[in-house]
Formats: sequence, C-alpha cells, structure tokens
Amino acid sequence: MALSIEDIKKVAHLARIEVSDSDAATTLSKLTGILGLIEQMQAVDTTGIVPMSHSQDLSQRLREDVVTKTNLRDEFQKNAPALGNGSTEQAVSGGLYLVPKVIE
Amino acid sequence: MEWEVVIGLETHTQLQTNTKIFSGAAIKYGAEPNTQACEVSIALPGVLPVLNKQAVHCAIKFGLAIHAEIAPRSVFARKNYFYPDLPKGYQISQFELPVVGKGAVTIQVPAVGKNAAYEKVINITRAHLEEDAGKSVHGAVEGMSGIDLNRAGTPLLEIVTEPDMRSAAEAVAYAKQLHELVQWIGICDGNMQEGSFRCDVNVSVRPKGTEKLGTRREIKNLNSFKFMQQAIEYETRWQIETLEDGGTIHQATVLFNPDTGETRAMRSKEEANDYRYFPDPDLLPLVITEADKALVLAEMPELPAAMKARFEAQYSLSAYDASALTTSRELADYFVAAVDAGADAKQAANWAMGSVSAKLNSEDKPISASPVSALQLAQLLKRISDNTISNNAAKQVFDAMWNAEGDAERDVDAIIAAKGLKQESDSGAIEAIIDEVLAANAAMVEEFKAGKEKAFNALVGQAMKASKGKANPAQVNDILKKKLTA
Repeated sequence: MALSIEDIKKVAHLARIEVSDSDAATTLSKLTGILGLIEQMQAVDTTGIVPMSHSQDLSQRLREDVVTKTNLRDEFQKNAPALGNGSTEQAVSGGLYLVPKVIE
Repeated sequence: MEWEVVIGLETHTQLQTNTKIFSGAAIKYGAEPNTQACEVSIALPGVLPVLNKQAVHCAIKFGLAIHAEIAPRSVFARKNYFYPDLPKGYQISQFELPVVGKGAVTIQVPAVGKNAAYEKVINITRAHLEEDAGKSVHGAVEGMSGIDLNRAGTPLLEIVTEPDMRSAAEAVAYAKQLHELVQWIGICDGNMQEGSFRCDVNVSVRPKGTEKLGTRREIKNLNSFKFMQQAIEYETRWQIETLEDGGTIHQATVLFNPDTGETRAMRSKEEANDYRYFPDPDLLPLVITEADKALVLAEMPELPAAMKARFEAQYSLSAYDASALTTSRELADYFVAAVDAGADAKQAANWAMGSVSAKLNSEDKPISASPVSALQLAQLLKRISDNTISNNAAKQVFDAMWNAEGDAERDVDAIIAAKGLKQESDSGAIEAIIDEVLAANAAMVEEFKAGKEKAFNALVGQAMKASKGKANPAQVNDILKKKLTA
C-alpha cells in the first residue's frame, strides 16, 4: 500500500500532531518502511490461528465494585495550567477545569 | 409514492454499580464538580484501568435476558477522538468483539385509532461495555468552558438494534420495553432525567416495497419517549418532503429541539467518524465462562415472558391481560399483591390496567406513587365480589379513595357508608320496587309481551332509577324476568 503526503497530513491532523511540510516527507518514508514490514508479515500463512488482542496470553482480572478512591480534587487541581493571556491564575473555577470555550 | 420509514436504535444504559468501570471512584449523581474524578478519570500519566466485576455482571445479565450469545472472549478497544471532556483522547469501548452478541426483544405496539395492537420481535445486533465521558459546563466563566469529570468512566452498556422498526410507535414501544427490561433485571435505574437511559435513533426512508436502505440521519441523545415520538415523526416527514422535492439526504447527526419540535443537523465535525479503533493494550481480553453465566442466571428474576405465561395459567387471564400486566415489574407486583390480598384476579387485572393506570398516566406518576395501594384496591374489589356495591358505585368509591388526604380517609367501608352506595340485595325490597315499576309502566309491559325486547331494558332502567341506583342489577334482571314471564 502506497502512502501519500495527504495521508500523512490527515493522520497527523487526527492525532493533533503538527507535522511541517519538510518533516512530512521524512515521516512518509519512515511510515512506508513500517508498512513494508507489515506486508512482509502478511505473507505468513496464519490459517487457523486466533488473532491476538494482547501480547500476553492472559485474561482480564476483575475488580470488586467497592469505592476505593477518595476526593483528591484540590491536589489534582494544583496541576492545572495557568489561564494564559498574561494571567498566572490557574485554569480552575468552582471545582471545574477551565478550557477554551467549546461551541457545539 | 408511498414511503416506508426504517428505524434502528442505539441505547446507552448506565449500569447500576457503586464505582466507575475502570476505577474505584464513586459515581453518585449530583456530586460537587470533580470530587469523584480520580487520577484514572482525569487521565493522569501512568494510570491503568482495572475492570469492574459488577459492570461485567450487568452485561451478562442483560445478554441472558434477551437470549443472546455471551462472548466467551471479548476485547476492549480505544475509540480515538479529541474533546475536552475526554482527557485521555480516547474512549474505552468495545468494537470487533462485544460482550453481548445477537439477541431479541419482543415488543407490544399499542393500538392507535383503527389499528389494533400487535406484537413484534426486534432483533438486537449487539451490546457492548464502555465508559461515559465527562460533562462540559458553559457560562460559568466568561469565554471559557468548565469541565466536570465526575461522569467520566461511568459504566455504560450500549445496546444496538437491527433497523427493524417501521414507525415512531414501534421505536417508542421498543424503547419503553427496553427501559422496563433493564430496570426489571436491576442493571439500570432507568432515570431518564439524570441521563441513565439515553437513546440515539437512526432514521431513514425508502419507497415502500423496495429493499435498499435510504441514507440515515441519527437523532442524538433523546431522553424522553414523548420527544422520541415527536423527533422521529418530524424527521420522517422532513426526509420524505426533501426527497419528493428532488433533494438528497446526507448522512448527519441531528439534534431535536423540544421547543420548536424540529430536528436540525449539528455542525458536522470534520472527519468525525474516523475513530481509528484498536485493541486497548492496557486491558486484557475479558473471558466469561459457563460458571460465570450460571452465577448470574441464579440471580435472574422471573422474566416478563415467563411471568406472562404463569399469569395465564395461574390466574386464568387472557394473553392480552397477562402481557399488559407484565409490561412493568411494578405493575405486575401491584397486581399480585392485590390478588394475594383477596381480590378476584380478573377484576384486579381490569382495575390495575384500567382505572389505576389511567389515573397514574393522567397525573404522570409511577405506580409506586399510587395513592391507592394494592391492598386498598383489594378491599374495594372484595366489596364488589360480595355484592355490597355495584361496579359503578365502586368507581365512585375509587375516586374518593384516590383523592383522599390520608390512609385513614381511604377506608372502603367508611366511604361506602358515607356516600350511601351500599347495594340493595334484599330480594323482598327489590320485588316491591319492581311491582311499583310494573304498575306505573303498563304500556311498556304490553310492548314487551308483544315481543319488543327493548322494553325489558327500559323496565330495568326504571327499576334501577326507582332504587336510586342501589339495587343489585343482576337481581333486578332475574326478578323482572320471572315476573314478566310468569
């Protein structure tokens, strides 16, 4: 499968990663290399082998439905970034985390 | 051209657990912002999800209740998108291998106008476990949005149907049935105002008789059955009109505005549907054994279908009555409590589905809030059975009980006495009344003897009137017949 610069831009946008035009060319050749490896693997006959969803052959452990977490909001909110625009105040208010306005 | 609407539903049911699906944080509704947002909920680096046993238990219970296949091995996947109320940048959901496979729900579509009520099987495609996102709060701080992550990580079971419904009425009947079922088996509290049960409805139209599905639009986040009905009806009309005017339907997500009764397309997010699902490396496959299923099955209450069959056999109810009574566990329990307290089963069924349900509907109350308890209804019905009062009088007593201030004022015998509704069942007294009526209505008697059957009913009416409605109608009939044919 051949990748194009447009594919790189699209994937970068979906992942919210900024890729400059000059970097895009390098990224294209690296990703094409990775796809080449996958193509090589796809040549192996895997008939009758159940696809893995995890590298360890174990099943999920379950947790009892008991409250174990306490309210650490004030501690966590000390990590909130500054409001920006010259303000060093933290981007929290009334217990809410503040983000730039989201419009539906 | 005649059109056909095709509808499928996706329902998010919030599971009844104490904690989140992947962490031990509480999920109480209405808590102060972010006080239930632990390090997993806010996605601090290095945290790992650990699956909640009770959430899995709920999913198995639902699967068993709809006779679906429970996947022996299911896989959690990351659904990737960016939104401020989703701090990880992905939602943990299930994609290729959901926990619950194909099943079915049988719905009762109520009669509308000339169309009779009918039953229909709605096929369930799948149901999968996933986490809820947080909430965005607007207007708290100028120019900013506030993020509350208390809801982030709340366990959801998303239940997806095949596009099997052909009218708004069928879609609403299915949603109501599902709403009852999840409460019946105790996996969801069903509170629609608090968002515990939210429906997304996919609607498309096609020329009647054709197979190919039209392009669908998805109505998001309907949290009332009334709005669902209105939204589907509006959307269906809009799609048909658009096509008849030569337009085309584009796939879109739409919102219903209850104030205008209209649906409108949301600003389509660019590449919104490219979620790049992949198995979540933080979670191992979920394995469910036969033993796990047996444990859940042991806790399963009698399901509506089984209860319906039992009601038909045990109480000699018609299929229709048994099915209507088992549309809700509370209604079924109310009926059983009334019968256990000595009410006649057929009468208890009629009253529970008739007067009681009608009053509850008009006051928009659940049966648990009925002013007349099952026990009190049974007292009333016993007075009909022992001929103390007529059916008509019982309706008056029922109204008085319904509007009474407290249980002390709901005493059946006291109301009967106070209103003077006791039925006259003394045959001597009734005979005396009938003799008077016959004497005063000689013309009617002649008509009857000349073969006019209607005159008989008129005479019964006169006798009832003369007794001020208190005479036992069956006795009046018998005695009158005897006297006229003597």
